[in-house]
Amino acid sequence: MSKEGVDVGKRRFLTTATAAVGGVGAAFVATPFVKSWLPSARAKAAGAPVEVNIAALEEGALVSVTWRGKPVWVVRRSPEMLDTLEEVKPELADPESAADQQPEYCRNPHRSIEPAVLVMVGICTHLGCSPKFRPDADGGQLSYSGFFCPCHGSKFDIAGRVYSGVPAPLNMVVPPHRYEGDSLIVVGEDPNQGGEEAA
Amino acid sequence: MASKFMNWVDARFPATKLWNEHIGEYYAPKNFNVWYYMGSLAMLVLANQLLTGIWLAMFYKPSAAAAFGSVAYIMRDVEWGWLIRYMHSTGASFFFIVVYLHMFRALLYGSYRKPRELLWIFGCLIFLALMAEAFMGYVLPWGNMSYWGAQVIISLFSAIPVVGEQLTQWIRGDFVIGDATLNRFFALHVVALPFVLVGLVIAHIMALHHVGSNNPDGIEIKANKGADGHPVDGIPFHPYYTVKDLFGVGVFLTLFSAVIFFAPEFGGYFLEPPNFTEANPSVTPEHIAPVWYFTPFYAILRAINFPVFGVDAKLLGVIAMFAAVGILFFLPWLDHSKVKSIRYKGIIYKAMLAAFVVSFVVLGYIGTQAPSPLLTGIAQFCTAVYFAFFLLMPIYSRIDRTKPVPERVTG
Repeated sequence: MSKEGVDVGKRRFLTTATAAVGGVGAAFVATPFVKSWLPSARAKAAGAPVEVNIAALEEGALVSVTWRGKPVWVVRRSPEMLDTLEEVKPELADPESAADQQPEYCRNPHRSIEPAVLVMVGICTHLGCSPKFRPDADGGQLSYSGFFCPCHGSKFDIAGRVYSGVPAPLNMVVPPHRYEGDSLIVVGEDPNQGGEEAA
Repeated sequence: MASKFMNWVDARFPATKLWNEHIGEYYAPKNFNVWYYMGSLAMLVLANQLLTGIWLAMFYKPSAAAAFGSVAYIMRDVEWGWLIRYMHSTGASFFFIVVYLHMFRALLYGSYRKPRELLWIFGCLIFLALMAEAFMGYVLPWGNMSYWGAQVIISLFSAIPVVGEQLTQWIRGDFVIGDATLNRFFALHVVALPFVLVGLVIAHIMALHHVGSNNPDGIEIKANKGADGHPVDGIPFHPYYTVKDLFGVGVFLTLFSAVIFFAPEFGGYFLEPPNFTEANPSVTPEHIAPVWYFTPFYAILRAINFPVFGVDAKLLGVIAMFAAVGILFFLPWLDHSKVKSIRYKGIIYKAMLAAFVVSFVVLGYIGTQAPSPLLTGIAQFCTAVYFAFFLLMPIYSRIDRTKPVPERVTG
C-alpha cells in the first residue's frame, strides 16, 4: 500500500481510536458472559439464612444444620471443654485466630458470640471433607476434645482451631450468625443485620 | 474423468495441494521407530472420544438430579450404550497413555529443540486442555468421586490470596458444587474444550509439517536434499507411514478392545469404585484420589506440606502442582546440549531422564495412596527430582559429554 499523500499521523490516530473503542465494546460484551457464571438468583435464594433453636441442646452435644449446602454445627460446650481451650494452645497453629476464618465478633478465645455455644462450618480447611466430632478426645488422635478429619488426619480443638503439623492450613470457618432472643440462632446473618444478605 | 473432476475442485478449493503438503508429498525421516506411532494414535483416540462423546451426549442428562441415573440408563437400557460409554471412559485413559508416551518420545529425541519450540508449546497446550477436558468429563457421571474430586480441585483455587473465595464461587456458580457446576462443566466438556483441542491439534500438525519431523537421530533431514529437491533421508508420508501407522492402529485397537471388554474399570484405576454411588455432599469417600493420569501432579500437591518464606503450605502446594505442568513450556530454552537425541547425549542426561521417569512413576503411585509420613517423604524427594530435571538442565546439558552426530540418519 502506498503511503504517498497519506496523513500517517491521522491514520494512526484513527486506527488507535477504533481499536480502543472496539476494545471497550468487547469488554462490555464480555461482562454478561463472565457474570452469568456467578451464583444465580435461585442459588442465592437457596443460600438464605437458616434458623437454629438451641433451647433443647444439651451440654457436650452437637446439632448440625445445612446452610448453603454446607453442614453448620452448633455445639454447646461444657465448662470442662472450655477449660481445654487454654491448655491446648501450645499444640495449635493459630491459637489467636489471626487468619480471617471468623467474623470479627468471633475473634476471641472461644471463637463465638456466647462463650459456650460454638457455631462453625463443619468442613475441613484442607480439602473440604467433614471432620468427626470427638467430644471425649477418644480415638487416640486428639489430646483434648475437638474434631478429627479422617481424610488426611487434620486435627482441630473444640473451637475449630487447627493443630500444627497437620495438612489443614487454617482454623475452621465460623459463619456469620446472630442471636434472636436467647436460644434462636440465625446462621448467615451478622448481628444487627436483619434480612440483609450476609457477606 | 476423475482427474477432470479434481481439476474442477482444485480450481475452487486447494484439495490436491493440501493432500500433497500434509500426506502425499510430506517427506518424513525414514528412521522412525516405535515411539513415532503415538502421534497418530493420539489422533485416533481423539476421533474415538469425539464420536463416542457425541453419542453419549444423546442420552446423558446434565443435571444434578438426573445425571447419575442417565449414566445408569446408558449402561443398562440404551442399545449398546455400555460399549459406547466404555469406549469413551477407556479412551480417556488411553489418551493419556499415548500422550505421555508421545511426550516422553520428545524428551528422548529432543523434539522440542529449535526450530520446533512452537510445535512443543502447542503440544503442551494440548496437554493442558486435555487435563481440563478429562477433569470436567470425570465430574459428569455425578458419582461420589466425581463430586469430591471436583470439590478438591475447585478448592485449589481458594488458595489464591484475596480473590480465591470469590473465584471458586464464580467457578461453581453456587456456594457449593451443584447443578450449576455440573451444567457448565457439561457445556465446557462437550462444546468449548473439544473446539479448543481440535484447534490446537491442527496448529500442532501445521507447525510439524512446516518445520518437518524430528527423528531418533535428531538430525535435520531438510539440510541434506537430493537432486529432486526432497530430503535424501526422507520418504513420503503416504504410502510409507500411512501403512506403518495402520499397523500401529491394529496393535493399539487390540489392546484397547481387550481393556474395554475384559477390564473397563481396570481395577479401579480407570473408573474408581466410589463413583458407582451417586454424589453425596455429606459423605466423603474414605480416600479421595484422582484418576491415575492426574496422580503424579496430585502427589506433588500433597508433598508440599510446609510453608516457605511465609507462603502457606496449601498455596505453595497448588503453585508446585501448576508449576510442574508450566515448566514443560520452558523446556526448549532449558536444554543447552549440543545434540538433540539421547543417542548422542552423555551419561548425565541419560541418568537425569531415568531419574525423572522413575520419580514421575513413583509420584503417580503415591498419588493413588492414602498419605503417610513415609510416602510423603518419598513424594517430597521425587518432587525435588522432578523439578531438578528441568531446573538443572541449563547446567548439566552444557557440561554433559556428547557424542558426534552422524551426517545421515542411522537405522
